[in-house]
Formats: sequence, C-alpha cells, structure tokens
Amino acid sequence: MNKKAQVVIIGGGISGCSIAYNLAKKGVKDIVVIDKSYISSGSTGRCGAGVRMQWGTKMNCKLAKQSIDFYEHANEILEYNRDVTFHQGGYLLLATTEKEMDQFRKNVKLQNSLDIPSKMVSIEEAKEIVPHLNTDQLLGAAFCQKDGFLDPFLTTDAYYQAAKRLGVDFMTYTQVTGIKREGNKVTELVTDKGVISAESVVNAAGGYSQVICDMVGIDIPIYSERHQILVTEPIEPVQGPMVMSFSKNIYCQQNPKGPFIMGRGDDREARDLRITSSWQFLEEMAKTVTSILPSVGNLRVIRQWAGLYNMTPDKQPVYGRAEGLDNFYMAVGFSGHGFMFGPLTGIVISEMITGSKPTIDVSLLGIDRFAKGNLILEPSVV
Amino acid sequence: MNKDHVIVCRCSDVSLKELRDLIDEGYHTFEEIKRITRIGMGPCQGKTCGQIVLRELSKATGKPITDLDFQTNRPPIVGVKLNLIAEEAKKDE
Repeated sequence: MNKKAQVVIIGGGISGCSIAYNLAKKGVKDIVVIDKSYISSGSTGRCGAGVRMQWGTKMNCKLAKQSIDFYEHANEILEYNRDVTFHQGGYLLLATTEKEMDQFRKNVKLQNSLDIPSKMVSIEEAKEIVPHLNTDQLLGAAFCQKDGFLDPFLTTDAYYQAAKRLGVDFMTYTQVTGIKREGNKVTELVTDKGVISAESVVNAAGGYSQVICDMVGIDIPIYSERHQILVTEPIEPVQGPMVMSFSKNIYCQQNPKGPFIMGRGDDREARDLRITSSWQFLEEMAKTVTSILPSVGNLRVIRQWAGLYNMTPDKQPVYGRAEGLDNFYMAVGFSGHGFMFGPLTGIVISEMITGSKPTIDVSLLGIDRFAKGNLILEPSVV
Repeated sequence: MNKDHVIVCRCSDVSLKELRDLIDEGYHTFEEIKRITRIGMGPCQGKTCGQIVLRELSKATGKPITDLDFQTNRPPIVGVKLNLIAEEAKKDE
C-alpha cells in the first residue's frame, strides 16, 4: 500500500498529535501520522502527568506558560467529548540546600517577570499547602498554584480526535523502517505497511528520535535514558500539589482520581532504549518518599513502569529543520517535559512548515546550538 | 437488570456500556481502552476486568480471545506498602 502525503509525522504522542492538529487547522491537507504502536504508547503515555510553569530558563518558562494557558481551555478548544482532567493543584518545589534556595529565588524572579504567578513560601506555608510534609530538612520552597496534573492519555486523545475530525490520517501499528533522501530533501518513508512519499517529514518520535535521525544521516547529540515511576492504590484527595525536590531526586503527586504517582531519575542510567522496571528504583523511591511524605508510606504500590527521557546536552528541546535538509523538521529532545510543552510544540512546528509568522521565537532551540556551543542549560529537571 | 449498567471494572467504576461504546468508537485493544478508562490500572491490576474486556473485544472484532493482547504485567505482583519496602531497603544499608 503506497501513498502520497503533504506532511508525514513520525510519532503519535502528544507532540505528533499536536503538530498534526495545528497543521490541519491551518488548512494543510494530506497529513499522515505514523506510530509503531497505539496513540500515546511511548514517552507521553509513560510520563508523570505533571505540568508546570516553574522553570529556570526564559525559553522553558515561556513554552510552559503558553502551553498551560492552552491546557486550561483544552476541552473547549479541542471540542473533546471527554475530560482531559486538568487539575491545577500547584507544584511545591522543596529547597533543602542554600544553593537550591538561591536558585529558586532567581527562578521565581524570572518567572514573575514572565507573568508566572510563582512565589517563595516559608516552611510554615509549605506545611499548610501539604499538611503531611516532613519539614525537618526544609529551608523553604517555591510554589505556583497554576501548575498541576493533566491526564496524558486523554489529552493526547483529545488532540488525536480533533485532528482526525480535520481529516488527518493516523497509521497506528506501523513502523518506519527507512527514510529515503535525495540531496537536501527527504523524499520517501519506508514502513512495514508500504512506502509513503512526502513533501515534508516531522520527527516527533520521542524516545526513538535519534533512531529516526540515524535513518536520514543526521548527527545529533541526543540520547534516551530510562526514567521510572510507580503508582499506589487510590485514596481520597489529600495532596493538592505535586511535591518535588531536585536534590532528593523525587516528584510525587496525587492523581485527582486518587492514586499517588511518583518518580525519580538515576545518573548512572545507561543511554539506551530499555524500559524495564528495577527493584533498585522501588527501594530508593520508597526510602525517599517515606522520608519526605511519611504518611504516603501507608499506601500500597500497585504498579511500576518506565519510559524514556529523550535527552539533549542542555535539557531543552530541539525545534526546527535539520542542517542540510530543507524538508525534515524535528520536535525532539524534550528531556522529560515533552508532554507539558505539547500545545506549543504543535504551534511552533506547524508555523515553521507553513511559513507563517511565529507565535514565539524559538530560534535559540535549533539543532545548530550544539555545534556552536550556544547551550542554554535548564537547571530544574528531575 | 439493565446489562449496560453492569460494572466491568470495579477499581475505576467502568460500566459495560462505556466499554462497548469505546469499542464502537474504534478502540480495539486492551491497552487503548485502558488509557481512556483506567481499566486495568487500579488495585486489581486487570485481574478482575481483564478477561471481561478481552471477551467483549473478541465478540466485537471476531478475533479469538487467544489472539488478543492483554496489558503488560508489571511488578509488584500484589500491592505492597511503601513503608515495608523502605524498612527492608534500609536493612541493606
């Protein structure tokens, strides 16, 4: 089965679905989204479901704020027949070292200058926001009420449904096995279901983005790294915000439907495509969460899983065309926050492809920044 | 009794009607249905609802149940309190 398309998007996660929706809304016809499994089967569906505006670089703050502004109205804008379950219970970022206090003060100043309503809170205020918080090692915290929880599956489904209504063709359970290139153009995608010739191609392959880059011969300093999560049995709502500590390497939030979700990273993690679960994670997670949120220790773990962070050297995404290729676009390297940037990813990439006036200048996030050494390091990632 | 009101997932309160509507909408694998409804994500981890969902999928798609994929089984096998895991882990330090 061979076909022709204006734009082929590789990856049916939040980025791919958002790009497809935004392109279709701009009137682009013949859009195909390919995913090797089902919609949101990769990093999107494995993520921690948190969205926050509290970032440490201007670019990340802007991308996150505009994305969250969109998510506040996602049900209406995308005319979704279900509910994306956006709960703005806030993010409470714990500072347990002076260095963190300094960083948070700087971050809050930057965030406030960009209309992000974050603030520093005292130990007492933190305890009011999360009554079961152990404040023993706490120096202070940063809080933003607009941050919160958002269901990754339903949000991606909302984009998927809206894009489908606009005529986007979704080819799930279809794997890209090769990409043909002629000079400075990508011409064809070879899949296990046939060949698709394309005017433009978008790499939105999440944890597998470097595999796609390899197929077209792009050298990109991106790798994937396993990050693990666990979830508990559900209980009545007791914790409004996501509680997060960079130095203790933990984030923990209660899903509005009841269960607690918590995750952490591991510096020693191999740079590969594994998404298996480990007992080491379970033990470290249990020790950390019971020290910070002691009463959560009474809950049973019912499941653990893992997903891939697609990492860049400065933990910020790559948006834009690959060097030497006129029609190959990338929305990759989200370093663990692709879900929360989803709305802007769709807007930015669709504007690049259609040559429309950009909503936000993301020229700093081009792939050429690595070769030029223009890294903009994000200090606030778990 | 109206069969549509039968609860197929007791952890996440999903009714037979919701399940059948989703299948009609085109969600044809356990994993896809799980992501919309949270079937299989609760304390039973699909041990109660799994067979019911697969049976409905089999009826709707005509594929035998043995050809349908269930969700990935993930650790732990049964729920374990975080306190117990933390206590045991500290013994190794």
